[in-house]
Amino acid sequence: MADLTDYTAVKLLSLLQAGELTSTELTKAYLDRIEACDQKIGSFLRTDPEESLKHAAAMDRRRNAGESPGPLAGLPIALKDNLCTRGQTTTCGSRMLENFKPPYDATVVEKLREAGAIPLGKTNLDEFAMGGSTESSALGETCNPWNTTCIPGGSSGGAATCIASGMSPLSIGSDTGGSIRQPAAFCGVVGLKPTYGRVSRMGLVAFASSLDQIGPLARTAEDAALLLEVIAGHDARDSTSLDQSVPRYRSVLQQPLKGLKLGVVEEHFGEGLDAEVESAVRESIRVYQELGAKITSVSLPHSEYAIATYYVIAPCEASSNLARYDGVHYGYRTDENILHATLKQQRSGLSATDDEQALNNLDSPLVRLYRQTRAEGFGAEVKRRIMLGTYALSAGYYEAYYLKALKVRRLIRQDYDEAFREVDLVIGPVTPTPAFPRGSKIDDPLAMYLGDLYTVSANLAGVPAISIPCGFSNAGLPIGLQLQGPPLSEDRLLQAAHWFQKETAWHQRRPALN
Amino acid sequence: MKSQQAWRRGKKMSLTRNEVERVSLLARLQLTEDDLETMTTQLNQIVGYVEQLAQLPTDNIQPMAHGVERFNVFANDERRPSLPCDEALTNAPRRDDDCYLVPAVLGD
Repeated sequence: MADLTDYTAVKLLSLLQAGELTSTELTKAYLDRIEACDQKIGSFLRTDPEESLKHAAAMDRRRNAGESPGPLAGLPIALKDNLCTRGQTTTCGSRMLENFKPPYDATVVEKLREAGAIPLGKTNLDEFAMGGSTESSALGETCNPWNTTCIPGGSSGGAATCIASGMSPLSIGSDTGGSIRQPAAFCGVVGLKPTYGRVSRMGLVAFASSLDQIGPLARTAEDAALLLEVIAGHDARDSTSLDQSVPRYRSVLQQPLKGLKLGVVEEHFGEGLDAEVESAVRESIRVYQELGAKITSVSLPHSEYAIATYYVIAPCEASSNLARYDGVHYGYRTDENILHATLKQQRSGLSATDDEQALNNLDSPLVRLYRQTRAEGFGAEVKRRIMLGTYALSAGYYEAYYLKALKVRRLIRQDYDEAFREVDLVIGPVTPTPAFPRGSKIDDPLAMYLGDLYTVSANLAGVPAISIPCGFSNAGLPIGLQLQGPPLSEDRLLQAAHWFQKETAWHQRRPALN
Repeated sequence: MKSQQAWRRGKKMSLTRNEVERVSLLARLQLTEDDLETMTTQLNQIVGYVEQLAQLPTDNIQPMAHGVERFNVFANDERRPSLPCDEALTNAPRRDDDCYLVPAVLGD
């Protein structure tokens, strides 16, 4: 048998179901691959081989006993480390949660367990999913498997790299402004951000609640469809989840594309788009034309305001959500002895100089506990966004920034509604350039943010979007194609991605890891 | 993209260091002198960039707070089991019986 870690999830599932492969053999093959490659890549923050093999053996026993143990029975899966796993450390790549063991499973994790999937481990991410390079993780470095001097993208950097380097057949990520699609593009894998509300967010550590959405990463659209079918659906514990039935995505895939109307987003081919990315995307549009799609041009006129809108709304929501990390309820707490000693020293210093006002302004022990805990527990990017959000929501600025951004958000949504009256899906690049060198944008947050210009709109509008491998740069780095659709059009997106992958072989290339 | 670069060039220093320090108290973050300096520069760059939103007329536009706008999701008004106190407290940095323990709030 060829290397198991090279197969698609769908193929592996059929081998498992036919009894030609056991989950124990398969899980071992992936654990061996992780052992051999992950030191170089850094996809995983933690694995627990013993625990994974225990689940695999249990799944094998159930199958041998003639039970039908679920739609993903025996298939390994990697989980982004911002999904709560009961009793197992869930860090969000932050010192703040380095030792946090959630008392419950996220709904998605529960559904995966019920479906018989075998958790392989938790993958690295930008701290609290804030970033586009996985460099803001406080707990590990992740490299791009195609060129280890480059970033893997983010925030779901570990989730994308483990697929690209054959360390897991399936993985779960989260996408607030492109955090599934951008690393998928940079690593040459498929990543889908579903419609807001399609997948329950219960147990996903909150970053920006009106934008966050959980979704699948895999090598093929068919594998992503298999996974989405399991994780999608209404959840009474997430009041924003949609009470709509889940289509059988995998059976929709096979229907031919003929007559599909694709709109090329004019604004996504302007200044700043790398020439190699542009030519790969234009070539992909030609592939769709040959598949029978009708190509027209559409406009999303407010696209140029998307980043400004996003970088008001997301930090505002983040600053509120992250207020819960206070050193009291759970997570990191600063050393109290040092805290009291420092305060005492500052108080006597100020008394000696008779600076009464400064003395009155000195933090109380409780306020200093909050401030010092958060100063030590959070990294630079998280602090920056908390500060930005707090500023934009503070008295006198709320209307100019937050309220204004919410209004522009509606204009962005209306652009999509208008476009989808003319076409079924819109097509364009995922990112302006391929993956960039590690460290090159770390001190220039605005430059990092501007890389999100094609992805943030889908989150603001709540529409689904998928990233598919569509080429390589001369330097050998993957390039991604983005398709976006109206709310609840995941079936159409996956179908369009599936037919593209039947015509092209980009997703079959593998990085050389030795 | 064109206007974005123009906005980057046209960035102005509108947030003062004192203001950043005041925000750090609201945000419950202790920032060092160096942090304050870097944060002031970076926040000014970002705020300068997002100020381009002011160009757009939005007088009659309703704000949109959510991707999917849903209202009135009700739960039945009935008692259900919730997380037991002991489990809820397992991750507390410090506890005292069934309570979270914090530094003295009143006096010394």
